[in-house]
Formats: sequence, C-alpha cells, structure tokens
Amino acid sequence: MTDTRNLFVRITTALAPLLVALIIAVLLLVATGAPPLDTFVKLFTGSFGTPSKQADTFVVWVSLAIVSAGLLITFIAGQWNIGVEGQIMMGSIFATWAARGVWEQQGIVGIPVIILWAMVGGAFWALLVAVLKIYGKVNEIFGGLGFNFIATAFNIYLIFGPWKQKTGGTLSGTEIFPEALWMPTLPELRVSPIAIIIALLVLVVIYFSLRGTLWGLQLKAIGKNIRAAFVLGVPTNPLLLSAYAVCGACAGLVGAFLVIIVHHRLIPSISSGYGFLGILIVLLSSVNALWLAPLALFFAAVSIGSTALQLELNIDSSLGGVLQGVLVLVVLLMQGIKEKVISK
Amino acid sequence: MEFFIAILASILSDSAPIIFASLGETLNERGGVINLSVEGTMLLSAMAGFAVAFTTDSLVLGFLAAMIVGAIVASLVAFGSITLKRDQVAVGFILTLVAGDLSSFLGVPFVRVPGPQIESLPIPFLRDIPFIGPVFFERDIITYLSFTLIIGMWLWFYKTQPGLQLRGIGERPEASFARGGNVKLMRYVYILLGGALIGFAGAAFSLHVKLGWSHRATAGFGWIALAIVIFGGWDPLKVAFGAYLFGALRASATTLQSSGLEVPVQVFPLLPFPLMILTLVIFNSRGLDRVLNYLPLGARRALTRLLRSNPPAALGTHFEQE
Repeated sequence: MTDTRNLFVRITTALAPLLVALIIAVLLLVATGAPPLDTFVKLFTGSFGTPSKQADTFVVWVSLAIVSAGLLITFIAGQWNIGVEGQIMMGSIFATWAARGVWEQQGIVGIPVIILWAMVGGAFWALLVAVLKIYGKVNEIFGGLGFNFIATAFNIYLIFGPWKQKTGGTLSGTEIFPEALWMPTLPELRVSPIAIIIALLVLVVIYFSLRGTLWGLQLKAIGKNIRAAFVLGVPTNPLLLSAYAVCGACAGLVGAFLVIIVHHRLIPSISSGYGFLGILIVLLSSVNALWLAPLALFFAAVSIGSTALQLELNIDSSLGGVLQGVLVLVVLLMQGIKEKVISK
Repeated sequence: MEFFIAILASILSDSAPIIFASLGETLNERGGVINLSVEGTMLLSAMAGFAVAFTTDSLVLGFLAAMIVGAIVASLVAFGSITLKRDQVAVGFILTLVAGDLSSFLGVPFVRVPGPQIESLPIPFLRDIPFIGPVFFERDIITYLSFTLIIGMWLWFYKTQPGLQLRGIGERPEASFARGGNVKLMRYVYILLGGALIGFAGAAFSLHVKLGWSHRATAGFGWIALAIVIFGGWDPLKVAFGAYLFGALRASATTLQSSGLEVPVQVFPLLPFPLMILTLVIFNSRGLDRVLNYLPLGARRALTRLLRSNPPAALGTHFEQE
C-alpha cells in the first residue's frame, strides 16, 4: 500500500505544478478575453513550429543554459547572486568596448577578443559584489542590486554619450557592428552552432567540476555551512571569490553573445531579464546540473513562444514570464507540502 | 526661499509611496520575515489600484484593492516561508518576478489612460504657519497619512505592549513563545499588514505621484524600499529619513538635469538608485569603522548608535512551534 501511495505522491508532485501553472494561465486568458486553446497551440508553434522559430528558441537556450550554469556555482556556495543581470550587461558593455577596438579586424581575430573581454567584464562586476560581501559584510543581494543599477545607468550613459550613433543617441542603441564581427550563424537562421557547442561545453565543465573536483566539493561545504567549512580548513574567501568570478564570466559570455549574435549592437535593456530567468531555472533544478539543459530549453521555448503570442494574437508577452514564475513557485511550495505530508 | 520651500514640499509628497513601502517591509522584518517581493508587489498593486479606481471612479476602492493585492502576495510569502518552511528569499524572489509580469499582462488596457488622482487638501490654520505651513500642511491626504504612519509606527514599536511583543518575535521567537505568544500567528498578521502597506504604496504611486499606469511604471522603487529598510536599521524614524534622503537625491537629479552638464539627460533619473545603494554600502561597510575610530569616544559611540543597528536576530529564520 505504501508503495502505491508513494508513487501517487511522486506523480502528483511532478505533474501538479505544471497543471496549476496551466490553470492559472487559462484563468488569466479567459479573464482578458483571449482564447486559451489557440494561445497554447500558438505558444508551441511559436517556439518549435518552423526551423526559424526552432533556431530562435536555441538562441535563447544558449544564453539561459550558460547563465544558469554559472548561477549554479554561486547557488551551490550558498550565494544569491542577484547581480547577475548587471554582470550580463557589463559583459555586453565590455564586448562592445572590445568591438570598438577591433572594429576593422576580421572576425577570426575580433570575435575571440570580444568574447574574452566580455568574460573579463562579467567576472570583474561579479568580483565587486564578492569583495563587498566578504570584506565589507554587505549582503550580496543588495550589493548585486546596487551594481545592477550602476550597470544600467552606465549603459544608458554610453549609448547616449560617448558611444552614441553618428546621427545622435537613441534608444535603439549604438552603431551596428561591422558584419565581420557578427558570430557566424547557419544560413537564413539566427542560431550559431559555435555558440551551442560553447554552451554544451560550459554545461559539461560545470557538471564535472562540481562532481569530481575538490573545488566543487569545497564549494558545497561552504554552501552547507560556511563557518564549519572554514573551521575544517576550507579557504572560504578565495573559494567564494572564485565562485563569483566563474558565474560572472559565464554571465559575461552571455553578454557577448547577446551583442554579437542577437542584436549586433549595444542596446539599453541588453540583459533581457535572462539573469533572473537563470535564477528561476536553478531554483527549479533543485541545484542539479543535469536538469539545466532541458529546463533552459523549456524556458527558452516559453519565452520565444510568448513573443509570437504578442505578434500574432496580440496577447502581451509577459504571459510567458507569469507561466515560468508560477511554475517555479508551485514546485517550491509542493516540495514543502511533500515534506509536511511525509513527516506526518 | 520660495524655491527651497517648493523643493522640500515636493520631496515630502513624492516620497510618500517609498515611506509606505519601506515601513510596511520594516513591519514584517521586525516580526522576523523578509518579504523580498516588494518590487513586484508594488508594480502589481500600482496597476490594480489604478485599474480599480479607474473603473469604479472611486479612489478609496482603488487604494483598498491595492492593499488587498499586497496582502495576497504577502500571504503567499507567509504560507511558503512560515507554514511550508521554504527559503524566504526564494519565495519572495519568485513572487517579485511573477507579480511584475502579471502587472504587465493585466495592465495592458490601462496603459497611459488618464484616470482619477488625489486632490490636494491644505489644512486650515496650520498652513498659515510661516515656512512649516507651506512645506508640511499644503499637501494631500496621502502625504499626511505618511507622516502619521512614521510617528504611529515608532510609538507602536517602542511605547506599546504589542509593539514590544512584535520586536520579541523577530529577536527571540522562542522566548516570545515561552511567554505564551503565538509566534506563527503573529508573524502571519504582521506580514499581511506589511504587505497591505506595500500595496498601499503601489496605489500611492499610480494615484498620487506618477499618476496613471504604464509598463513597469514603478520599476526599481521596490528594491530601493528594501534597501532603505536596512539603511534605516529597522527603526521607523531612520527608515523615514532614508526614504526622504532618496527623495532628495531624486530631486537633485531633476535639478541637475536642467543645469546643462555634459552628461546625457537620460542618465539622471537613473542615478539616485545606485547612489542610494552606495550610501547603504558605505554605511554598512567596515571601512566606516576605521574612520569612526579616529573620533573621540563619546562622538564615536553616538555616531555608531545613530548609523548602525543589528537586524532582528531571528530575521529570515524558521521557527518551530512545538
């Protein structure tokens, strides 16, 4: 009897969140007078329906996979790296800075420079949060928020100031990069195979460094109990700094891709909320690296699908964000309910 | 002088929403629960408050709806963190994203439509006091309420029995429980009250300061309110000071914007946000201790007491009521 009961509990806890998220979405759609069934069909066809939509979904997947892999590292070390949005933005800013330096170069020279410099920028921005946290006792959530605000203001300053277009500063962003500095993509599609390979590499490296290295083990120890880890001889400060640097470098890489694959210029809201989505993905994965790739694909599909909703059914694309958030919330609450039921 | 009075007066009334939000958060954090959803809650309640006031043509109903929305979001934080013992930060963070997106989704029909707004309400006699009158008493009901809340919450915290009990459940819930207090119930009550105040703050934006609703209209203000609670050391008077400081930063940004500096004008409205957080960072960092150490003992003690305070000891922790 207990077996069937356990199975029942397991199946319901796995499916209930999706169901609840769907029900809430249906209620919202009905309330705003939109046809629910059409919307869900469109959400799917809008993200996987044609090769070009699939390609777009994978473009977003690359960003979400890389940023969530980086966030996994800070989460394992018990850190709420809310500054990740600013770190992506700083990556884009550094990428544009590098691009301005190699403006006339061939892509084979320019693109690696841009990517590396963006990773340096992201890591630098993350290290600032880490230094404040470790040496200034400033909570990383507020340090991160502060640096997000600074990055946003700095980005706007650059777009309307020193890096404005020849015709004047506009919200559309800086001058478009020369095509030589665009990341090569598949013909007619926006997706770049090199970027997908890099994202897979990042996922694999993160997975194995958490499973099979002393570094990963020590980070976990810090996440569980930083004081105990310190007493047992774990060098907590250098490790925390390294965790932030790795996460920041991943965010910077995403920032570079957003500039050289997606927009081909620096725009005001370049980070597109991917950093916060990455946090949702890591929360949903129960901090497990194996889940990141499929979850990132699901989130990417919902994001791209909901943009299609906006264009084709005139339903606001924020519906996608509501769906993603409600799903994570219900999963989190269900875990709590499950523990309560089991302990009784 | 006229100019000075006008600036002070505008800081006082423009800061009202931040006062409500940061004091609401102070209330639940004093009880030991962090509600990290302020940013999203304010967006959603600003939208809901405006939408209800617009459709019913009643400002009172608008504010009421916004408070209910705030309390509903807060109840999810309470259920997740108190009853189900999930990470308070995680629940609040997710809710902030959900509520923010929900405000964009449901707010579409109300974007940039002109709607009702709070009228100014000068107080007779008091308005005739030189200087003080025009600064404080030619405002509107929302601003007067914000003054009342600051003083009222301070009296409640430090001069009443229930206020003492509230501080108890945030500092030492075990002790409070041992004295017969129902810690979980009280935490629920205070987080709902705090949430309602944060909701009120949202409506104060859309019906009082920024007038109307547009996509992400209050973006950034919720995060600032959270930061101000820390800046103010969970003390209503200091929190209010932080909120007015932020208001002053915003007013100076607006003044500087028209002064013809060689910085793009688009940057100025963004500056108060990082500056406010930087102030918080400087006040909280250890570097300040070194500076303070150069001061004579008496001054150092007084300044430390003024600038520093420890968070409620049980903030963010779960309490097992057995």
